[in-house]
Amino acid sequence: MSATPTSMTSAAPTAASEGRRPSASVLRRAFRFPTVRVGLVLVLAVFLFAFLGPYFAPHTTTEFVGRPFQGPSSDALLGTDQLGRDVLSRLMWGGRSILWMAVASAFLGVGVGAALGLIAGYTPKIDNLIMRPLEVIQGFPALVLILLFTALLGPKVWLIILLVALFNVPSVARVTRGMTLDIASRDFVAAAQVIGFPRRHILYREVLPNISTPLFVELGLRITYGIAITAALSFTGNGLQPPSTDWGLLLNENRTAMAIQPWPVIAPSVLIATFAIGVTLLTEGVSRTMARVDREPGT
Amino acid sequence: MNGVEVTDLRVELDANGADIVDGVGFTVAVGEIVGVVGESGSGKTTVGTALLNGTRRGAQTTAGSIRLDGDELSALDENGWRRVRGKKIAYVPQDPTAALNPALRLRSQLKEMLDTHEPHMSSEDQDERIRASLREVKLPDTDEFLKRYPHQVSGGQLQRICLAMAFLLRPRLIVLDEPTTGLDVTTQAHVLDTVRELCANHSVAALYITHDLAVVGTLCDRVLVMYAGRIVESGVVSDVFDSPMHPYTRELLTSIPDLKVPRVLHAIGGYAPRPGNRPPGCAFAPRCRMATELCTTDPPLVHVGPGHDSLCHYAKDLEAATHRDWEIKPVRVVAENAILSARNISAFYGSTQVLHDVTVEVSRGECVALVGESGSGKTTLSRVIIGLLAPRTGEVTFDGETLSPKAGGRRREQRQRIQYIFQSPYSSLNPRHSIGRIIESPIGLLFDVPRAECTRRAEEAIEMVGLPAATLDSYPGDLSGGERQRVAIARALACEPTVLVCDEITSALDVSVQAGIVSLLDRLQKELELSLIFVTHNLALVRSVADRVAVLQDGRLVEAGATATVLDAPAHEYTKALLNDTPTMTDAIDLDPVAIDPKTATL
Repeated sequence: MSATPTSMTSAAPTAASEGRRPSASVLRRAFRFPTVRVGLVLVLAVFLFAFLGPYFAPHTTTEFVGRPFQGPSSDALLGTDQLGRDVLSRLMWGGRSILWMAVASAFLGVGVGAALGLIAGYTPKIDNLIMRPLEVIQGFPALVLILLFTALLGPKVWLIILLVALFNVPSVARVTRGMTLDIASRDFVAAAQVIGFPRRHILYREVLPNISTPLFVELGLRITYGIAITAALSFTGNGLQPPSTDWGLLLNENRTAMAIQPWPVIAPSVLIATFAIGVTLLTEGVSRTMARVDREPGT
Repeated sequence: MNGVEVTDLRVELDANGADIVDGVGFTVAVGEIVGVVGESGSGKTTVGTALLNGTRRGAQTTAGSIRLDGDELSALDENGWRRVRGKKIAYVPQDPTAALNPALRLRSQLKEMLDTHEPHMSSEDQDERIRASLREVKLPDTDEFLKRYPHQVSGGQLQRICLAMAFLLRPRLIVLDEPTTGLDVTTQAHVLDTVRELCANHSVAALYITHDLAVVGTLCDRVLVMYAGRIVESGVVSDVFDSPMHPYTRELLTSIPDLKVPRVLHAIGGYAPRPGNRPPGCAFAPRCRMATELCTTDPPLVHVGPGHDSLCHYAKDLEAATHRDWEIKPVRVVAENAILSARNISAFYGSTQVLHDVTVEVSRGECVALVGESGSGKTTLSRVIIGLLAPRTGEVTFDGETLSPKAGGRRREQRQRIQYIFQSPYSSLNPRHSIGRIIESPIGLLFDVPRAECTRRAEEAIEMVGLPAATLDSYPGDLSGGERQRVAIARALACEPTVLVCDEITSALDVSVQAGIVSLLDRLQKELELSLIFVTHNLALVRSVADRVAVLQDGRLVEAGATATVLDAPAHEYTKALLNDTPTMTDAIDLDPVAIDPKTATL
């Protein structure tokens, strides 16, 4: 995806050289928005909590530290769960799997979807061949189908990642195809065709760099979607199995006692919401900057 | 006085207080059409919109007075302006497709104006006024026409609707901002004619903003030449064009091709300074051949003749010159052996046939111009030649061999020897690639040379088109339109072509930049013995660049021959009409009012 300049002549820096890579400058400009900074802080905070959490957790996930559904105490800061295990520790351990699944499925889905969208948008002949089957996939209710497969094949991490990615593919492909259609009609693509560059070169060198920023935004959206769906899977019992822990599972196991011990429900919800809001602020700011950059006339 | 009187207008950027225009003052009498000319960035549009108290985002009018029929307007608040705008001062935009609401029928758009400014008018009166306005601009006034949406009428008709809308409320001043830029010559001639008639009939003062001096020559009474936000010369059109008394005007006039004479075009070196970067004193001094120490001080406004002023220290010292003294390009003799020929080409877009059995040949070292209005198929033909569109019938041969219809099927050497330059330099360069990469990657593909050699050739090519080698490190977004087009030319030249196909390559550029590109191609043609296929709608430009001309109409070749023959003694009616409609600088021809039947007009 990189578009590093191939020529680095020893030329003295021109007035132009501060512009550098346009996509990089979009990100840099985006960080001037306070909302983008807040988003970044939120996302990083949740990531740090999830990935460093296990090293700092006061207890293991299976250790019994008190009676079930105990309120917060000095030993269990967020109280205990339905079996008397420490909620905070289970929360700190339970983020890795859900974030890992969401991020992996988002990358996989955006990667495959973008590749299909690029090909479909650039090659009218096989456009239908690619897009119509994807619409069929989109026609199915994602969650129901994922539940069906996990019930059939067992709740395996790789299966969940694959299924969530599969349901990410159609919409990513559609967005990519639309942008590709636009870019492919520009003259610089025709110029590359005239010179005789192969299709692979045109797609990855000419088109892709021009749609990489919106794809980045799409990646963010897909991560949030992945979080929601993996949490939902755990919640319905088709994700990770006890005694392992994850934020969706925590919700499910403890929702019966919400009135007396709300922490095992509130804490993971807050984390998931924080993460989703962070990703949204971040990507929204980036796309807004992008629109602004696009509107600016060339000097 | 009657008409409009502007004094000391200043518009500045909010960010740093830099002036976009400053010290601008002029008058437009009732019934008079005053042209404002200047290159992009000269502030001409800013002056036009300032008359409606509009500025682009981030700028505001900070000084000056605008008096309309004796009433001071600059003191008005936004509400006051709202009553003036459209009612007393009307505006005709450059791009009518962007100015009209695509979701409203024509009647609703016109009626909106009356509803806003004449709320008490009865609907019968409104209807009568709308129909009268349409008749005035020679459009049909039928219900069927009024029911149409903007996309259902042609570009020329849309511009007429904008004119009708502007004149609907019988304004006192009308500002026309390059209203014919997107139109082809025949349509332009009709629109200009309408403008002139309306201004005379309704005694409206008109300010006509354009970069096309030939249009000013045929339409306007007086002209204001703008440079870097100042009016540098003003006067009656014939005075200014025949004896320009400002060095900038003089240079500008030598950069313009003329329909009648094959002139050698001269580019003005350097660039117009941007707001905030303007040098003290005369802003043109850094590019001026006659500049001295004195030019770093503010130049005085010198009266050089009746109603003719020049903002230059040396205005009085400039010798009177006329454009008839300008350098004439010698006729070249070209051997008659075709290097590339497109024979019996018929091409379709979907089921629409756009080319009918067209044959065009170009010899080694020759420049053949393809001319015609938009939709005549000239770009399609060039795309067939380059292999972007496969013809239904006919074939393209190059150096004795038949070429594959698609570029992908052509041999590497063939792709290398025929190069194409696109119309718009804004879309032909990948914005995410550095200039170095843009020029080098074709070299890498077409020649078996190491990386370092690619870089060296790219440097050579970029210097050949007059840009510093450091440009290779910049991105298209850092460059101006003219610089980008030079990069596109460098990309083509780096491939060492035999034939260069140029598709309207100067239409997006200022005249002085156009002159630079044209003289560059001219030089390269001599040095490298290039063959050029030069697609253009600009007949005046053809006179300066082409050895032979092929005229296309509706996808058919209607006339072809040596440039001088075709332009001086056109045989085909269509060529005659094109020539008649092209405004020329040499003798500001008077356009006869064109009789158009409003019922059948389909411009």
